[in-house]
Order: sequence, then C-alpha cells, then structure tokens
Amino acid sequence: MQSQQEFRSQTRTWLEQNCPESMRTSMVQQEVVWGGRNAEFANPDSEIWLQRMAQKGWTCPTWPSEYGGGGLDKEQAIVLGEELARINARPALNSFGISMLGPVLLEYGNHQQKLEHLPKIVRGEIRWCQGYSEPGSGSDLASLSTKAELQGDNYLINGSKVWTSYADKADWIFCLVRTDFDVPKHSGISFILFDMASEGVSTKPIQLISGSSVFCETFFDDVKAPASNLVGRLNEGWTIAKRLLQHERTMISGFGLSAGQSDNGGTTSTISSLEGTAMDYRGDSKKLSDPVLRDQIAQFKIDADAFAHTSKRSIEESKQGQGPNATSSMLKNYGCELNKRRYELMLQAIGSQGLGWEGEGFNDEELQLTREWLRSKANSIEGGTSEVQLNVIAKRVLGLPDILSLAQK
Amino acid sequence: MALVLSEDQQLLKDSAKNFCEQNAPVSVLRGLRDSKDEQGYDQMIWSQMIELGWAGMAIPEAYGGFDFGYGGLGVVLEETGKTLVSSPLISTVLVGATAIVQLGSETQKQDLLPKIVAGELLIALALDEHTSHKPSRIATTATKIDGGYCLNGSKTFVLDGHIANRLIVVARTSGETDGEQGISLFLVDANAKGLNVARTIMVDSRNSSNIQFNKVAVAEDALLGELGQGFNGLDSVLDIARIGIAAEMLGSMQAVFESIVEFLKQREQFGVLIGSFQGLQHRAAEMYSEIELCKSAVRAALAGLDDPDTTQAEIAELASMTKAKLSEVFFLVSNEGIQMHGGIGMTDEFDVGFFIKRARVAQQFLGDASFHRDRYATLNGF
Repeated sequence: MQSQQEFRSQTRTWLEQNCPESMRTSMVQQEVVWGGRNAEFANPDSEIWLQRMAQKGWTCPTWPSEYGGGGLDKEQAIVLGEELARINARPALNSFGISMLGPVLLEYGNHQQKLEHLPKIVRGEIRWCQGYSEPGSGSDLASLSTKAELQGDNYLINGSKVWTSYADKADWIFCLVRTDFDVPKHSGISFILFDMASEGVSTKPIQLISGSSVFCETFFDDVKAPASNLVGRLNEGWTIAKRLLQHERTMISGFGLSAGQSDNGGTTSTISSLEGTAMDYRGDSKKLSDPVLRDQIAQFKIDADAFAHTSKRSIEESKQGQGPNATSSMLKNYGCELNKRRYELMLQAIGSQGLGWEGEGFNDEELQLTREWLRSKANSIEGGTSEVQLNVIAKRVLGLPDILSLAQK
Repeated sequence: MALVLSEDQQLLKDSAKNFCEQNAPVSVLRGLRDSKDEQGYDQMIWSQMIELGWAGMAIPEAYGGFDFGYGGLGVVLEETGKTLVSSPLISTVLVGATAIVQLGSETQKQDLLPKIVAGELLIALALDEHTSHKPSRIATTATKIDGGYCLNGSKTFVLDGHIANRLIVVARTSGETDGEQGISLFLVDANAKGLNVARTIMVDSRNSSNIQFNKVAVAEDALLGELGQGFNGLDSVLDIARIGIAAEMLGSMQAVFESIVEFLKQREQFGVLIGSFQGLQHRAAEMYSEIELCKSAVRAALAGLDDPDTTQAEIAELASMTKAKLSEVFFLVSNEGIQMHGGIGMTDEFDVGFFIKRARVAQQFLGDASFHRDRYATLNGF
C-alpha cells in the first residue's frame, strides 16, 4: 500500500509535468470545458489538459478504475484536490455527468449501464443534461407528467421539460418520466436515459433576465428509448431522483465558496476581491471610506469564511459516512444566498459602472458583472428553491412534522 | 487542520457533557442567583472540575498541565455552555492561565501554573475601562517607583474580580491613552493595599466587578511580559480567549435550539403540532444553518490555535471571524428562543431566559460583533 506522502509527491510531480502553464490561471468563462460530441476548446491547452487528466481517470478521481475513474480513495482524492489547488489548476472538465449522473449510476445503475456511460463521462465524450422540471412541475417536482409507455423493447416518451440547462448542447439526457398514472405521484416515476439526437427530441432556449440562455424548453414527441436504459427498477425512480438532487445541491453549494475565498475556485467572474474592487472604485488606499459598505463586506466575508469551513467539515464528515445527505440542502441554500449577497455587494462596490448593459462606457468585466448579478438570482431557484431546501432541512434534519403529508392523508 | 473532533476530543466531550448534565445543570445557576451566593459559583462543582483535570487542559506538561490543547478546552467550554455552568473556568483557565503561558517568565510560570492546575489560584483579568471593549484604550497608569511600580486607575467588567487571588492588570507605562504603545501588564495580589473591588450583579448571574486602583504598589517582578510592549502579547491572549468564549457560546446556542425544536414537536395549537407550520419551520431551518456555520468557525479556530504553523495574524483573523459570527447568531437564537416558546419563554420558571441574559454578556465580552467586524476588515486591509 502506497503511503499518502508518496502519493502526494508523485501527484505533485505528475502535475508539474503535465498541467500546461495556461491551465494554472483562474478560469475564464469562455474557456470552461464541458466536453461532448461537439466539445469546444477556446484554449487549445484545455484539450491537452483534459486528455491527460482523463487518461489518469482524475476527472473523476474516486470512481472505480474499471469504469475509467481514478480509483482513488477519499484521502487520496483530497490530496489530489489539494495539489490541484496548490498550483491553481483549472478543472479539466465541468459536467453534469461528473457531478450528478455518475454518482447515482454508480449507486443504482447496472454493470452494463456503468460500463457504457461512465467512461464516456470521465473522458468528456458525452455531455449530459437533466430532464427534471416541467411547465407544471416546479417545486412540486413529483407531480411531473412526461409519459413513458412500454412498446416492445422501447419506451415511447411524450411530454416536455423546462429549465433544462444546456439541453441545446447536450448529447444525452437523464430524465424523469411517469410510467404509472394510477398510483400516488411519488410511486409512478422512473429514471431513464436517452440520446438527445433521437427522433422526436427538440429544444428551445429560454432567454433570461441576464440576456443569456443556458436554460431550454425541451420537447419529446414519440421519442423511442430502449427499455434497457431504465435505471433502477420501474416506478422506483423517485428515490434515484432525490439522491441525484443531493448531488446537485452539493455541486450548486460550491457557488458560495468562491464568494469569500478565491482559492476554492468555482465561479468564472474575473472580479475576485470585493473589498479591493470597492476601494479601487472609490480611490481609497488604506481603508474603505464607506463605513456601511465596509461593515457589510466584512459581515459577508465572515459568513463566507464560516461557510467554507462548513463545506470542508462536511467533506471530512462524509469520509466516515455515505456521501451527501440532507445537509446538502443546508449547504445549497446557504451557498446560493451567499453568492447572491456577493453580487449585490459587488454592484454596490462599483456603483453606476455595474449597471451597464452593453456597448461603450463600460469595460468587459463590468458588463460581465451586470449579467452575472442577474444570473445569480437563479441560484436560489435552480436545484430546488431556497424555500424547498428549508422544507427539507425542517423535515429531514430537524424531524419536524410535514404539514403537506398531513394534508394529503 | 481537522474540522472534525479526534477520538480523544470526542471522549472528553462526552464525559464533559455527562458531567454538566448530571452535576451542573442550569438549576445550579438558578440556585446561586436566588440565594445571592457570595462566591457566585459552586465550589464543590469547581473542585470536581479540577479533579477532572479541566484547569490544566491547555497548560503544558512541564508546568503540571495535561497538554490537551485548546481543542480540548474548547469542547469542555462548549459543554459548560450548554448548561450555563458558572465557574472560574473562563477567568482563570481560559484567560488567566493563557496569559501566564503566553507572556510569563519561567519563574512566573513555575510559580503560578501548577497552582492553577491544582485549583489553588483564581485569576481575573482587569482590562476594560469603558462601556465597550477596546483593549488599546487604557488610562490606568503604572508609574515607576523605587523597587517597582505604582498603579492608579479604574477597571470595569472584570470577570471573577471579587473572588480572584491574583489580578492581571493592563496599565499604561507610557504613551497616549488610545495607543498600542506603552501598555504593560502586571500581576497584582488581590490583597494589595489601595485596591478596591466592588462586585457588580450582572444580568447573567455570573461574577463581575468594578475595581479601583489607588496608589497600588507592586514589585519589579510583578511585570508580566515586556515593559511598554505589552499590547501584542495581550491581544494574542485575548484572541485565544475570544475563541474560547465562542466555544462556550456555541454550546449555549445549541441548548436553546434543542429546546426550540423539542417544543415545536410537542406544542399543539389549532389541532396540530406547531412544528408543522412553515413559518416556524423555515426560521428553525435557518437557525440550524447558522449554528452549523458557527460550529465550523469554532472548530476551525480551535484547530488553528493548536496548529503550530498558524501565525498570530491568522489567529487574529480566526478569532474576529468567530467572535463576530457567534455573537450575531447567539443574538438571533436567544431572541428566537423566547419568541418561539411563546408565553412560557417569558417566564422566569423556564430556563431560556437565563440563556438570553447570558447571550448579551457573552456578546459584549472581549468585543461584540461590530468590534470584530471592524477588526476583521482592518486585518484584511480594507
């Protein structure tokens, strides 16, 4: 058995030799690598970095090596994370396959499904999207009505999804479908995978208040998905759906981390130091001249510090346990609210220069900030609203009685 | 830097929890208050705490201590916070012993630390002079006289001042009233001539006092630390104390929160448990989140204290982060503790009132949230 010290020194050496220089700088939005059939590499070094990391399985360090993962234990994965952070290495690959689908496939998928999908996620060959919310099913996700009927060896899928992030760019979808309409809503849902290139799939981007459109409407019109693509058992998809949400919430909670501590990575904003920016725009040298803003920034940074420690503690605690649990709702909620606070303070910090929409009179960072501020408003809606997270904490962590289930009885 | 407790720390925490629940519940503090106890603490319980080794927790073995670190003292304080144990643990062990370990000469350490471990010596820090904490604002003077110094001035909010055998007095040997330069610390015997201690009865029923120094003479060797250069050392002692008091606050707020959640699960109104109301659920869930952040802040700060690689600047930042955060959240939780219990929360018969009273004193002690946010900003260069 290799000692941790050896592992660290070997990892350090490997990273020194294999991480391209330009990958050791803070991420810029245009250069984030999502992979997929039509992968784009705005920076050619990103492609080299992805290939090298994928070959080691280090895009998914703890996944078993038989499925292409790094096969590391949690201790080693933490060491790898620390060594990556040490050289400020960019994430080689960003994907919903890594953060959401992969972990639940490992837990609920059959061997064939793991063998087919996991290695492609590790290598960034297939880009996944998430078919969860529907026009009539937002916070009440389990009321979804997209229908899947078994016809021979295939399921025939009809219905539509909304808020499907990057549906227009994704290759495959993991999708919640209703396979039984005659039972209580949670008991008739299944979890299925299919190719977005299938006949009958169409997508339409949704323009947000930020002007951009990562979200889509997604329509299924007699889409055929092989029956073997059903993950877990028929009508038992809700359990998998909830598990995946915990992983999603853990991922989103990371938004809060970048807030106070740039070394924790995460956002793509080029503006990093809130207090530094506030002072620059006021021409202050030693002390921020606006005492109220100064106090608010201090309070924010203190919360961000405490949150970063909490996030770290939760990782340490999960070493002994079973990965994310209901506390992921707490992290998601707090992280998102922090990130929103951060953008509001950033707007205050740069005043009217933070309110430009386009064109002359503003630099690129300022214009990007305006858009990111607006985008951040979705943080506490996507992946379950803050209100839903508070419901989950009350019910699952504090064990308070659930008035909704009382009402349904 | 580990943010989860080690096995040893967990064992210590469990045993402290057990001790406090069995031997020192809130009813002990209530009894001390109601009987207007002269000492303000239960001497039998204190002796048991001494026997458990709590006084030597963070003191090196060379001076009779147990070298268990501030992580160890921290979990003990967290548990004593849960039942609001009134004892010299904060004045003597957290603040006093720390000051001697950090600043004392070899002779002072050899002389005083074993006595603290054995429970033979109580110490009080005489620092604040005004209604709000600002450790550089010192008007009390120590003038050089033949063979020593002469102290003049007055101090307030001195924890355990009326029961201490020895005071650590922060005085000015030079410089401006509001400056960090010229501050010196002195060990003063509680029986010294010219010393007038007036106990103050505080809202939290714990010991505090106002002290006047009227030409109090001390010898040369009463000086603790460097002459005129005492501020930095004092501040690092205070940082450790701020983190320790935050650990106690963490315990107290958890006790209040536990009581709230329990109440929500048993109190019925309109034919249902009030815990099923979303208005209350969300407030509870938000408090839970804030308390989790507090727990992480305290663990990180304690781990920082025990890690020899942590710099003084890093500890200062951890201390202000932690004390500011804990002060804010204890304020929230203690207020909600009253409101969410409704009418019973307002009664003296119910314990939650003791916690809101303790909260305000602990918030103020060694700097409130506003003091520490300001300090945090300064430490971070803005």
